[in-house]
Amino acid sequence: MLLIHCPYCEEDRSELEFRWAGEAHIARPENISAISDEEFAEYFFLRNNEKGLTYERWRHIHGCGRFFNAARDTVSDKFLMTYKAGLPKQPIPSEVKAEAIAEEKTVETWEATEGDAR
Amino acid sequence: MADVAVRTLPLAGVHGGSSVARLELAAPAERISLRAAAADVPALSAALGLDLPVKPKTSASANGRTALWLGPDEWLVIAEGSGGIGTGLIADTTKATVPHSATDVSHRNTAIMVSGPGAAAAINTGCPQDLSLAAFAVGACSRTIFGKVEIVLLRTAEDAFRVEVWRSFSDYAFGLLAEGARDAAL
Ligand SMILES: [Zn+2]
Repeated sequence: MLLIHCPYCEEDRSELEFRWAGEAHIARPENISAISDEEFAEYFFLRNNEKGLTYERWRHIHGCGRFFNAARDTVSDKFLMTYKAGLPKQPIPSEVKAEAIAEEKTVETWEATEGDAR
Repeated sequence: MADVAVRTLPLAGVHGGSSVARLELAAPAERISLRAAAADVPALSAALGLDLPVKPKTSASANGRTALWLGPDEWLVIAEGSGGIGTGLIADTTKATVPHSATDVSHRNTAIMVSGPGAAAAINTGCPQDLSLAAFAVGACSRTIFGKVEIVLLRTAEDAFRVEVWRSFSDYAFGLLAEGARDAAL
């Protein structure tokens, strides 16, 4: 079971209490009626779906109920850091990053084994 | 004479548990869901006659009322007593003239009291929280998950908990607690 640090409850809690809530730091256009369909699609539908480090919104729905931001590695599933909603995108502390990279090398992923097969 | 409709609790008449964890239905209580910004907490505390806790996972009790911290701007306030429902929680919140939201949820929730040396183990059957005294002291509280349903947990003594659960989930919660109580006795 993953433990996720809630920045509002100020402690690690079981993943069972949380819900994923999509990519973080997507700003709603200031004047949404003025933008083109392409710009709307970019804002509303298109997401980066990055492999590796991603910034996501999570919600401690069965806890304090708050939304917050999390930096997560989608390869290792490791949460690198979490911080309160409303804060700008936070840089990953270098020691956390180094630890995550070291861990990532040891994580066996489906993509990794598939890569070997080719 | 016309029959009078009697309101019964969702789990009226239930009783259960095991040799290490007793399950009992809590008395009817008045409850409000309270939302307010940090700046307005002192005024609401004064109106309610108890200091709303502002530290995560803590509760505060005074004058027969208990306020449970659920989130940074959210509390569950429970008033128990022989009077049962109608102790004036909502009326008191209206004395605070600061912006807030107070919703009566007395009948939305019911509560199961779990007590005995196996109480924590029974709850941990479906709840992932660390219920050791170091992590979850007497008076600690939290909204959390119990199996498939959401609960609000309050530790009332070293070996006793109050499990607040939505009324429509209460049969499920009681059933799973009963299984947990039996497992804790093995
Ligand atoms: Zn939280």
